[in-house]
Amino acid sequence: MSAVGTIARALPVPAGAGLARTLVERNARAFRHGWVTLVSGLFEPLFYLFSLGVGLGALIGDIDAGGGRTVEYAAYVAPAMMAAAAMNGAVFDSTFNLFFKLKYAKLYDSVLATPLGPRDVAVGEITWALLRGLLYSTTFLAVAAAAGVVHSWWAVLALPAASLIGLAFAAVGMTVTTYLRSWQDFDYIQLALLPMFLFSATFYPLSTYDESVRWLVQATPLYHGVAMMRDLMLGDVSWGILAHVAYLSVMGVLGLLFAARRIERLLLR
Amino acid sequence: MISAHRLTKRFGGFTAVDAIDVEVRRGEAFGFLGPNGAGKSSTMRMIGCVSPPTDGSLRILGLDPAKDGPAIRARLGVVPQRDTLDEELTVRENLLVYGRYFGLSRAHVRAKADELLEFAQLTERANSVVEPLSGGMKRRLTIARSLVNDPELLLLDEPTTGLDPQARHVLWDRLFRLKRSGVTLVLTTHYMDEAEQLCDRLVVMDGGRIVAEGSPRELIALHSTREVLELRFAADDHAPYATKLTGLAQRVEVLPDRLLLYTDDGDATAAAVARRGLEPLSVLARRSTLEDVFLHLTGRTLVD
Ligand SMILES: Nc1ncnc2c1ncn2[C@@H]1O[C@H](COP(=O)(O)OP(=O)(O)O)[C@@H](O)[C@H]1O
Ligand SMILES: [Mg+2]
Repeated sequence: MSAVGTIARALPVPAGAGLARTLVERNARAFRHGWVTLVSGLFEPLFYLFSLGVGLGALIGDIDAGGGRTVEYAAYVAPAMMAAAAMNGAVFDSTFNLFFKLKYAKLYDSVLATPLGPRDVAVGEITWALLRGLLYSTTFLAVAAAAGVVHSWWAVLALPAASLIGLAFAAVGMTVTTYLRSWQDFDYIQLALLPMFLFSATFYPLSTYDESVRWLVQATPLYHGVAMMRDLMLGDVSWGILAHVAYLSVMGVLGLLFAARRIERLLLR
Repeated sequence: MISAHRLTKRFGGFTAVDAIDVEVRRGEAFGFLGPNGAGKSSTMRMIGCVSPPTDGSLRILGLDPAKDGPAIRARLGVVPQRDTLDEELTVRENLLVYGRYFGLSRAHVRAKADELLEFAQLTERANSVVEPLSGGMKRRLTIARSLVNDPELLLLDEPTTGLDPQARHVLWDRLFRLKRSGVTLVLTTHYMDEAEQLCDRLVVMDGGRIVAEGSPRELIALHSTREVLELRFAADDHAPYATKLTGLAQRVEVLPDRLLLYTDDGDATAAAVARRGLEPLSVLARRSTLEDVFLHLTGRTLVD
């Protein structure tokens, strides 16, 4: 979080008091009263891993993971599930939860009357989303490792990688949320997420696609998340991974800037 | 404490606050009195540094809200018009968490929370969630919350609107105590009794402008008479009676349901009314209030 805070402070962004951590603390307290939501975030990716990876994987057998290397299907699909879970968790937190706080609970009306500014709100909420995400991804990684589908020590870096995916999606999700008017508008978010989940080279390699549409797949953020995660968990790391990191970092920082601006425009009128 | 010069707030083409001048001094209780839509909340939000002024200048605690927003807000207490309590937290947690927003240490806010629960008479409800509390309790909690950083300046936007008389008196008592302890109070209200009770000085606002300024006594002395005689007649229209009363009072106001006669001696005027052979349904002589000042200045009543 301090890294995010440092970046945010260095840029010409809306005002804040550097107290975003106190908003994280607030969320942690509120969370204690409503921890049930934790469960779905924890189990969903694991269900996918076992139904698709292990169940369906038995029918599929080994798969070409690129570079002439083949791995069993569960090991191939596990990184994608971890990346998708990081995306879903971040989006859920930064859309549904944020919308509720913004429109119904009016939480930020009281927060902004204290020294905290819009930047603190953006940084605090995204940090919170990342912390929750870290809990999910750690659990997932542990279960995947126990199931024998993790092939390299590089996989330890899958945790910060999941946080990076979370940052990118939470920041953009937060910005989008500030434009939403009613709960119906959330259907548009689902409309964007589902195809991305299914087609971002999640369940099969990019090479399955015809040359003419590959660029489209490669343009989506989840593609980069999945590719980065797969490199790490299969131990297939090269300098090329930095392209994925750069894509997601830029998305995260720009998203954060826009989110803070939007909160300012919306609440400080 | 607050110094505003030609302070203006526009929303699109609509002017909510129209070039007002306000000076608030340390230690006083200052009021904005006016009907709904007068621009009181818009003014309070600008003072609270959560709404940038469209025009004019504003200094709070000697600082510029545009540049030093966080530093100013650190020294303010804010009670917004509508309670914005955190419904996902308990009563006590509301105080703890809010204190942390000010960067105060955990130990400090823990001690402070106990003290404020006592002050707001909420100690017994400390671990209850916020939602089931009564309106008066929520308001007291909001006020307690605004005190967590020991503010020098407390902004209260309609602190007692919507409360029953008993709850209002409890709140007034708390506000008196704060004032005695040296906190500067700035409050808005559309209750003239509240303004008279609490404010050393006030401005009367209407349509975004300040139409009068002074202590409650000064305002009454300047814009009204010592007493008011209220007459009700058995008629739908009270206007015709006004002509029959000429010469009996310094001024006559016609309201839909009654007539107000401005006079220095209510009983004497009542006797004079009787001598003219008029028989009102009810006659009431009372002291002048800020309500009368407002009526005189704007031609309208405060609370409709
Ligand atoms: N955010 C806003 N956007 C547009 N108009 C507003 C906004 N806030 C207040 N107003 C308008 O400004 C006027 C003054 O409102 P307000 O300051 O809330 O008055 P008061 O608190 O005295 O009732 C009202 O006519 C209100 O509709
Ligand atoms: Mg108001």
